[in-house]
Amino acid sequence: MSYHYYNEAAETMPREDLRRLQGERLCTMVKRVYENVPMYRARFDDIGLRPEDIRSIDDITKLPFTYKQDLRDNYPFGLFAVPMEEVVRVHASSGTTGKQTVVGYTANDMKLWGEVMARTLGAGGVTRADIGHISYGYGLFTGGLGGGLGSETIGCATIPASTGNTRRQVTIMQDFKPTFLLATPSYALTIAEFMDQNGISVNDLSLKAGFFGAEPWTENMRREIERRLNLKAYDIYGLSEVIGPGVAYECECQNGLHVNEDHFFLEIIDPETGEQVPDGTEGEIVFTCMTKEALPIIRYRTRDVGMRMKGECECGRTFVRMIKPAGRTDDMLIIRGVNVFPSQIESVLMEMEGIAPFFQMIVEREGNLDKLTVLVELTEETFTDEVRKLEAISRKVTDAIHSVLGIAAKVRLVEPKSIERFEGKAKRVIDKRTQVNF
Amino acid sequence: MLLKQISVFVENRRGAVRDITSALLEAGVNIRAISIADTAEFGIVRLIVDKRKDALNALRNNNMTVIESDVVALAVDDTPGALHAALTALSDSDIMVEYSYGFVSPINGGATIILKCDDQEKALGCLTAKGFTLLTADDIKF
Repeated sequence: MSYHYYNEAAETMPREDLRRLQGERLCTMVKRVYENVPMYRARFDDIGLRPEDIRSIDDITKLPFTYKQDLRDNYPFGLFAVPMEEVVRVHASSGTTGKQTVVGYTANDMKLWGEVMARTLGAGGVTRADIGHISYGYGLFTGGLGGGLGSETIGCATIPASTGNTRRQVTIMQDFKPTFLLATPSYALTIAEFMDQNGISVNDLSLKAGFFGAEPWTENMRREIERRLNLKAYDIYGLSEVIGPGVAYECECQNGLHVNEDHFFLEIIDPETGEQVPDGTEGEIVFTCMTKEALPIIRYRTRDVGMRMKGECECGRTFVRMIKPAGRTDDMLIIRGVNVFPSQIESVLMEMEGIAPFFQMIVEREGNLDKLTVLVELTEETFTDEVRKLEAISRKVTDAIHSVLGIAAKVRLVEPKSIERFEGKAKRVIDKRTQVNF
Repeated sequence: MLLKQISVFVENRRGAVRDITSALLEAGVNIRAISIADTAEFGIVRLIVDKRKDALNALRNNNMTVIESDVVALAVDDTPGALHAALTALSDSDIMVEYSYGFVSPINGGATIILKCDDQEKALGCLTAKGFTLLTADDIKF
């Protein structure tokens, strides 16, 4: 079998050359952040680290970690390493209490983003003759614009369909004949469902590849999407703090996600000790973005769980493969494409009288849709003998959650102390969608 | 006089009511009447018991959500139309019944009807004025 590449020279670079390149890029980046980003300068000074102490990629472990909180503390542009006149694009991801995580891009960063996203699509055989249908949201979310950028970088006719209005999306797919699709996996199934219900045959579509990400999905879902949309489904990984989509991508072997290692350095660490763990061992995914100008990020703790795979890939790429996230080390959830934090639910409940601070979120996949159920412990003060009043409480919580999260949740009142506690704290999230499938 | 009823919150799960009867058994409490209100999401078990304080302690010790509430306990003859007369009296006074359950009482061989009305005091006054027999806690400690 012959494999497809967008940038074969970079993607199959010998490991030793790659490590040298990574080392050079890391050194340059460290000097630049020390000079331009007060937070990093202060952190380096605190531990007595000078930029010249970083001489090769192995020295990366000397560097301090960056946390999501650092982005919030420096909201909105405090971690940018360039003046605002150099910035050409800003994205933001939803935060817990209105404080968003803001990221920026220079013109060079946009080129870089186009490149890594083009590699992602190219690995699935996309060429400039193809037509791209982008069903990720266009806006502050990086999915739509980032995906579209990759498609345009290759030279594909690109349809920025964005999200929603499935009927119109399917009509576009029938008429414009896109050959590849970018969407969340659950939306891909929504499209398939719509076609079934409306008697539209998959033969009316021309899709041959789909690139799905932004939410957890399983091998079973992959097979179902491939069967129902008659395409090859690729997993993609990215996060806005690093660049957006394009951080890691599957090749035609569909066996692990290749990390664009010439730009993004992947470490897997033990979240307790901060030490790197050996390849083939699960841990927290940590990314260093070596080449981005506007927002270089050092050892960013993603809170995603994953591992570096051992061995080489048949496709000839030398980039290490990452096993796709099996869960999160913190509690952030993506439900129907929306970021949801348990702390949002907590703040809703805190404002309501007589509800215990203990709750549990259960996320399931029903058909193709994510379903969120929130179990709320009743207290004796809230308990009333009247069914009507209890139903009113549950409705009030439902409405409040809906207005804060923007998605509907089912609220179920449960007996006090019935939610499992760990060291006195309730286990907040049970995500039944996230099944380890490797 | 209103009678104290115990209400227990239960989730819709197997064995939920059994947990209640188990706690009451251990405490040596006798259940005079039981009624379960069920909704799609949860249930409320309502109980009339002989030893109320013991029952409350036993249920709370088992981490159950329990409250007491006042209900009207009406003694009626075990004959056709007996309940109808009482409900007519309430209806005539514009009192609404929210829920009701009953049990056969060993006293006078009649029936005891538990009533929760929208205005309990008014219901009490109305039924007393019309000469209905209302039971108190002492009456059910047989």
